Amino acid sequence: MNIFELANPKRFMRFSAALLPWFWTIAVLCLGAGLYIGLFRVPPDYQQGQTVKIMFIHVPAAWVGMMAYASMAVASLFGLVNRHPLADAAAKAAAPLGAVFTALALITGSLWGKPMWGAYWVWDARLTSFLILFFLYLGYMALWSAIEDETRAARACAILALVGAVNLPIIKYSVDWWNTLHQGESIFVKGGPLIAPVFLWPLFLMAFGYTFLFLALWMVRIRTEILARRARTLQLRMGTA
Amino acid sequence: MNVMTYLEMGGYAAYVWPAYGISLLGIVGMVFWTLHAFRQVSRKLAILEEEMKGDGS
Repeated sequence: MNIFELANPKRFMRFSAALLPWFWTIAVLCLGAGLYIGLFRVPPDYQQGQTVKIMFIHVPAAWVGMMAYASMAVASLFGLVNRHPLADAAAKAAAPLGAVFTALALITGSLWGKPMWGAYWVWDARLTSFLILFFLYLGYMALWSAIEDETRAARACAILALVGAVNLPIIKYSVDWWNTLHQGESIFVKGGPLIAPVFLWPLFLMAFGYTFLFLALWMVRIRTEILARRARTLQLRMGTA
Repeated sequence: MNVMTYLEMGGYAAYVWPAYGISLLGIVGMVFWTLHAFRQVSRKLAILEEEMKGDGS
């Protein structure tokens, strides 16, 4: 299927209605299995003890926080180039979700940092660039609500989202480019993950669960946006009738 | 394993459980607020569409 066919709001409503039950089911199953294994079947790490359990909610939240931003940036690009309102709606719908996932990654990370590093917060490159991601979401949402005219707001926000996207590779490579207290990449490395398989399984299950949860919520929020626009149009028509 | 020892998380209970608690809160919050907003807009739209029909337009 061509992605531009989905750009028709009616078709998107039908398509998303069919997909949503699947997304919810996959999210619930993965999160259930991941939590069960992560909380009850995993031994304490030989260095980090039981704090390794925080990894299962910290890493997925961080991944999805960045994925949501990437989705927002891609939708913004389509919005700018193709001038399609559905793309604008998709970008707008992703922001608050991304902000929450990013906040969760920051909070759980800080609760992991205190016992392992001795500090809730340090201004290292990974933590700082991730905090900037959170502020980008806040700025994006503030900009949406600050501009009255929908089309102009969408365009300004799309530009902000695209400029801010430069932060994504900075986050990703921060642990290589600078000396960070935050550990380096330990999962997607040449030669395979540096984490024992016993921890990898629950981590991947949780990551899948978080991803599908985000996708389901994002779809519902795009649907909400489509219906809200339809309602506004009807209201305008009735007002002038 | 005894429940109390499990809950102690090897001495890290004060970090592990708040991390899980806040994540649960954030996720439940997002789900609730997203579904609530959808329901509200659907209801509003249904009323508007009903009114449109009533007008005969």
